[in-house]
This record gives sequence, C-alpha cells and structure tokens, in this order.
Amino acid sequence: MMGETSRDVIKRFSENHLKNNNGILLGQCLTAVGWVGHTIPELTENDGLVELSMADVAGGGIAVGTALSGRRPIYVVRYQGFQWFNAPMIVNYAAKSKDMWGIPCPLFIRSIAMDSSGRKGRAMGPVAGNNHHGIYFRMPGVPIAAPITPKEYQAVWDYFMSHDDPIYCSEHRRGWEVDFEIPDIVEKGADITLFPISSTRLNVIEALAELKELGIKCNVINLLWIKPFKLNNKERRIAESLKNSKFGGLVIDGDYINGVAKGMAYDLMHEYNSKVYALGLEERTAGFAPEKDNLPPTSKQIITKIKEIVKSSL
Amino acid sequence: MRSEIKELTSGLSHKWDKTETLAMFEKFCDIRYFEYEVKKAYDKDIIHMPVYLSIGQEAISSSLAVVLKKFNPAIFAQHRAHGMYISFGGNLDELRDEILHKGTGCAKGMGGSASIHSPAIRMYGHDGLMGTQVPIGVGHSYSQNYKANKKDYSIIVMGDASAEEDYVLGALGYAAHKKLPILFICEDNNLSILTEIKVRRNWKIVDVAKSFGMTVAETVDDPWSIMSHAKNLSNNLPAFLNIHTARSVWHAGTGSDGPPEWDRFDLIKKDLDNIGLKKEAEEIENNSKEKMEELWKTQL
Repeated sequence: MMGETSRDVIKRFSENHLKNNNGILLGQCLTAVGWVGHTIPELTENDGLVELSMADVAGGGIAVGTALSGRRPIYVVRYQGFQWFNAPMIVNYAAKSKDMWGIPCPLFIRSIAMDSSGRKGRAMGPVAGNNHHGIYFRMPGVPIAAPITPKEYQAVWDYFMSHDDPIYCSEHRRGWEVDFEIPDIVEKGADITLFPISSTRLNVIEALAELKELGIKCNVINLLWIKPFKLNNKERRIAESLKNSKFGGLVIDGDYINGVAKGMAYDLMHEYNSKVYALGLEERTAGFAPEKDNLPPTSKQIITKIKEIVKSSL
Repeated sequence: MRSEIKELTSGLSHKWDKTETLAMFEKFCDIRYFEYEVKKAYDKDIIHMPVYLSIGQEAISSSLAVVLKKFNPAIFAQHRAHGMYISFGGNLDELRDEILHKGTGCAKGMGGSASIHSPAIRMYGHDGLMGTQVPIGVGHSYSQNYKANKKDYSIIVMGDASAEEDYVLGALGYAAHKKLPILFICEDNNLSILTEIKVRRNWKIVDVAKSFGMTVAETVDDPWSIMSHAKNLSNNLPAFLNIHTARSVWHAGTGSDGPPEWDRFDLIKKDLDNIGLKKEAEEIENNSKEKMEELWKTQL
C-alpha cells in the first residue's frame, strides 16, 4: 500500500489553490489526456483551470499577465524543453517586475521532465528527456527548486505561497511516484560527497549499493534548492567532509553539464577548497534511438564517473 | 505619403463637443511641451540613457484618454509611452525624475524612458522587449475578467513593428477567442527604426485581427477620428484600431532625418481655427508650454 505520493501532494495543493485561493492554473493540453499524469485536479475553466492555445511564447506571457493581476497562477509546461519558448516573458518580466516597478509577479512554474516514458530502456529524444533549469539558472529573480519527494513538493509550494517571487519547479515524472523521503547520507570517513539533483537522486540510490561493494564510501547531499544555492546547517556539516575526503565531490544534474552542475561545482570548490566534479547530460545532441539518447546520468554512468575520479586521484 | 492614406484629416472636428476637443488638445500640448523639455535636457547631455519620444504621435494617446479614461482601463504600453503616461494623468514630477535617472522617478530610476509605469493610472511597466505587453496584457485581462459578470477594460498599445512578433499574433488570437474587453492600438508610424513596413511584410495587421474575429478599424491620427473609432469600438471588444501616424524624431534620441510626413500639431491647430477655437487653443498651448518649462526649470 503506497503512502501519499508526490503526485497526490501536487494535485492536492493545486485543487486547494483553485477552490480556496482564487487561484488559476494554466497550460496546454491539460484536460484532454491524463490530466498531465493525474497531477491536475479534474476541474473546469470556471474553477480556474485554463487551457491555453498552442502558442508557447504567448502562453508564457499570458501566464505572466495572470500573475500580475495577483492570481498566483500555476503554469504547467509539459516538457521542460518547451521552456525555450515559454521562458522569455517569465525571466524578462515576471522575474524583474518587483525590482523594476515594485510590483510582484509570482507564478509557480511546473516544468516537467521525463525519461524512459516510465519504462527503462526507452528513449525520449532531444526535447523532453531532461531538466532544463539551466535556462533560468543564469537569470536573476527566479528561485529554482527540484523536488522529488512529497514533503519537498509541499515545502516548495509553501515557499511559493509565502513569498512573492516566480518559482521554477523543476519536476521529473519519476518523482511523482515517490511516496517516501530521501534523507542525506553521512558516512564516517567518506571518500566522496555526492550532490545529486532531481531524478538523478533516484539513480544515486541505485548506485550506492554497488559503490559500497567497490569499497567507496559516499556522503550524499540531496539538493532541493538549486537557486539560491545555499546549503542548510546540516548539509553544511556534511559538506565540510569535502575538505578531508580523498576524492572531493560530484554534482550530478539532470540538465546539460554546462550549466547548473558546473556552476555549483565551482561554488563548492571555492567554499570548501576541494575538487568538485560535475556530471550531467553529455555535450552532444540527443537522438530518438535508445543508444542515441542523452538522458540524465544513470546509476551506471554515475558509478563509472566515480570510478574515474577515484582512479585519477590515486 | 503612404499609399493607404487618402486624407490626413477626417472632417469630424465640428461633430465633437468643445470640451472634449479642448481636453484632447491640452493633453496633446502637454506631451509635446514635456518632450521638448526632454529634448533640451538630452541635447545638453543631462540625460545619460536612451529616450523614446512621442513627438509627432501625440494625437493617439491624447485622443484615447479623452474617451476612455472614464473606464479606468488597465494600460499596457511599450517603450514609447510618455504620451500614454501623460494623457492618462501620470505624475509629471515622477516621469521627469525617471527620465533624469533619479530615485524619485516613477520606477525609482530602474525604468528610464522605456519602462515607465504608474499604479495610480493602472499603467503597467514594459520590459523593453518588443510586443511582450500584448500577451502579458491579455493574460492580465483574462485573469481580471474570468468571472463572467466582470468587465475590466484594458488598452494594449503596440507599434507596427511589434505587431509582427509571433507571440503578439498568438495573444491576439487568444483574446479574440476569450472575447476579452481589450482595445488593441497599433501606433503605425510605418517604421521599425528606419525600415518601412513594405520591406518587412506583405500583410496588414487589421486583416489578421479581423481574421481572428475582432472588430477592426484603421485611421490616420486625426484626433477626432481616433476618438470616434475608440468610442465605437469600445462597444464591441476585443477590437483592433490601427492608427497611421508620423514620428518626428528618431526611434531613440532626439535627432531627426528631416520633417515628418505630416505635422499633426499644425493640422489640429488649423482644424481648431476652423471650428472657432483658435483663441482657446492658443491659451491652452501657452499654458502647457509654461507648465512644462516650469516643471523642468530647476533641472536644466
């Protein structure tokens, strides 16, 4: 019997927002099939559930406009790759409105990644198969979170409702099934500290057993907040181990490597004076054939990377 | 002269009430003389950023304000928006200070000439990217009006260049589909910086808006024609009004490449003379000039 999943939490706060907060939820193809993986309450336009046209760039602007009127919209973008079209007015207007004019423009951007179509070994191709939070990472004014667990989703939503910023919620469909929390891991005398993001956290869980068999002890700091990137006190204590670990650290991201992963590794290296590596999508175009795809690092790829780090450090 | 413009004046001036006509002219003069002061400051190198002047295009905002201010509309304009700000009653000290990059400006120095705003007149800021005010304004209108019994009027202003942005077209379509109470205005000066429409496209924005199911109209910037169209179109929103106008100065800055295609200020004054309002017009113009010189006196 499953407990409350992340999917349940998303659906619950969305429904409450529409029914009790005069909230609004917008996006494309929300109601026709699957209600975006059953994370969206089965309500109507009269309830504030709004189907937009397929004009992505305009849709992003329309969502910003609803935010400007104070409705705290939830804006659902079904594939994170679509952010290349949806982001312009969010990062150039909603993110700046408070600083430019003193007018907050809060919207909750649910940006969804998926890989394997829920089935291992399946490809997703060049648009839909990964996080794209790097697009927003380089621009000021939009906090970014990548929740996976039910409590994390609730925490990100609570943050949104108690602040007046637009929030980029970098989701991965694999997270919707999760009905458990994922604690950080502290190993005495750890060899390496891992900083996984989004769905790669689930892959790290899979990788840990084999790494243990190989005799590699890993600390794991699960990153929820990507921006601002600020470790809490407990996480800082774990990260302190970077200073003494033999092999430093590894940031593992579900977006392309030249973005969040390298940015965070840079910050960590400066702060803890230790080598921190980055792993993310490879610097190449993804294709649709499974062997041509370019997806978030698998447990196998994570293990391989850690072995490389160990080998190069010995 | 652009081929689609047959007449520069509408002959409607005598049909409008004297009070409204003079109110329009006062707003026109306020914009013109405010911007003459901006030009002086810019030319003296007191302003250290780009300025986007409405000189030559004042009839549009001054006419709209006379007939639409009563609706207390939400206003979404673009970078060339001093005219809308002044016509609808934005605070002049704050506008001057904003252009002078002061913390007492309407956007506390963040907006400059291009990104002014005024909550007091429901004028929202613009982010500097062409045409974004259209989808953002449409979203705002949708949100304000989603309860069926509400009618919150919006004016969304764009230029003939931003009308070509794909997201503008997408937003127009959505506004038509949702029957939002928006009057879309295109300030059509025929120029994107200096590139004429005929070089950029082979279609008319009013034809596109019409194909979306909107009521549309097209006119030159004769103020009485604009007021008539705005009044009529307000009964059948969403609607699109394309207004041919002639910018007198460069896209940015205060220079010019010679006289504009027509000088609307002179044309209006001739009309006012014809309908027996010459004396009142001269008094308004002199007052406006003095008011704006006084407003800028300590800054120049």
